[in-house]
Amino acid sequence: MGSYFMAFLVGGLICVIGQLLFDLTPLTPGHVLSGFVVAGGILGGFGVYDRLIDFAGAGALLPISSFGNSLVKGAMSEAARHGVMGVLTGMFELTSTGITAAILFGFFMALVFNPKG
Amino acid sequence: MSRMEQNPNKELLLDKKWLNEWNRQKKPRPPLSKNIISAFLGGGAVCLLGQFILNLFISQGMPKELAGNPTITTIIFIAAMLTGLGVFDKMARIVGAGLAVPVTGFANSITSMAIEFKREGLVLGTGSKMFALAGSVIVFGVVTAFVVGIISALIH
Repeated sequence: MGSYFMAFLVGGLICVIGQLLFDLTPLTPGHVLSGFVVAGGILGGFGVYDRLIDFAGAGALLPISSFGNSLVKGAMSEAARHGVMGVLTGMFELTSTGITAAILFGFFMALVFNPKG
Repeated sequence: MSRMEQNPNKELLLDKKWLNEWNRQKKPRPPLSKNIISAFLGGGAVCLLGQFILNLFISQGMPKELAGNPTITTIIFIAAMLTGLGVFDKMARIVGAGLAVPVTGFANSITSMAIEFKREGLVLGTGSKMFALAGSVIVFGVVTAFVVGIISALIH
């Protein structure tokens, strides 16, 4: 039960940060979400984000900041093995599932559903 | 992405002026405290569902570190399906960032663009405009990961 509570709490709080930025700053959702990814990437570089995932599970895994963390982790782990070129080869190692899934599901939904109006 | 359908001038979609207007239209909404509570409950609920799916994969014998990807894929599928059915927009109007910040928002922006621009054809519409909103997230993520990765490669 603990894992559900922490996922709800941390996931909810991360979304509250996003809502505050939406409502209180002139930033567009695109700016805010890009900011989340950059923040997740920097926290990932220090290894902080993985500890948050250990602690909050899906509460830290599902917010888009996790995408930045996964990009950084993929780049860093390949860089440790293959040097600077590893940054390029490892970049999408962990995130390719999400991007591929979003492209495929988006495409198939576009085949099935028609735009409104 | 609900405002998009209400906009009669589709060709202005990527126009900065239009984006600003979209943003301004967003502003007069229910009071901040209500938005915050909705975002908290909505985002929390998405992550709760995610944790349930994650635990399900782990209970099937999947190692903890490998269970994340199928969980994200499942959530992306649900979000894409709800977008296609037109339910996502209604939910997003209530919970705001609660659905925009999790990967559901990423999936919704790609799917809604893919469907919206189907009228311009599968190649020039769906294919090329799919990432019109989600692209910035990937670009800035990659730039961040490149900088952090290079620094870590130089340190080690």
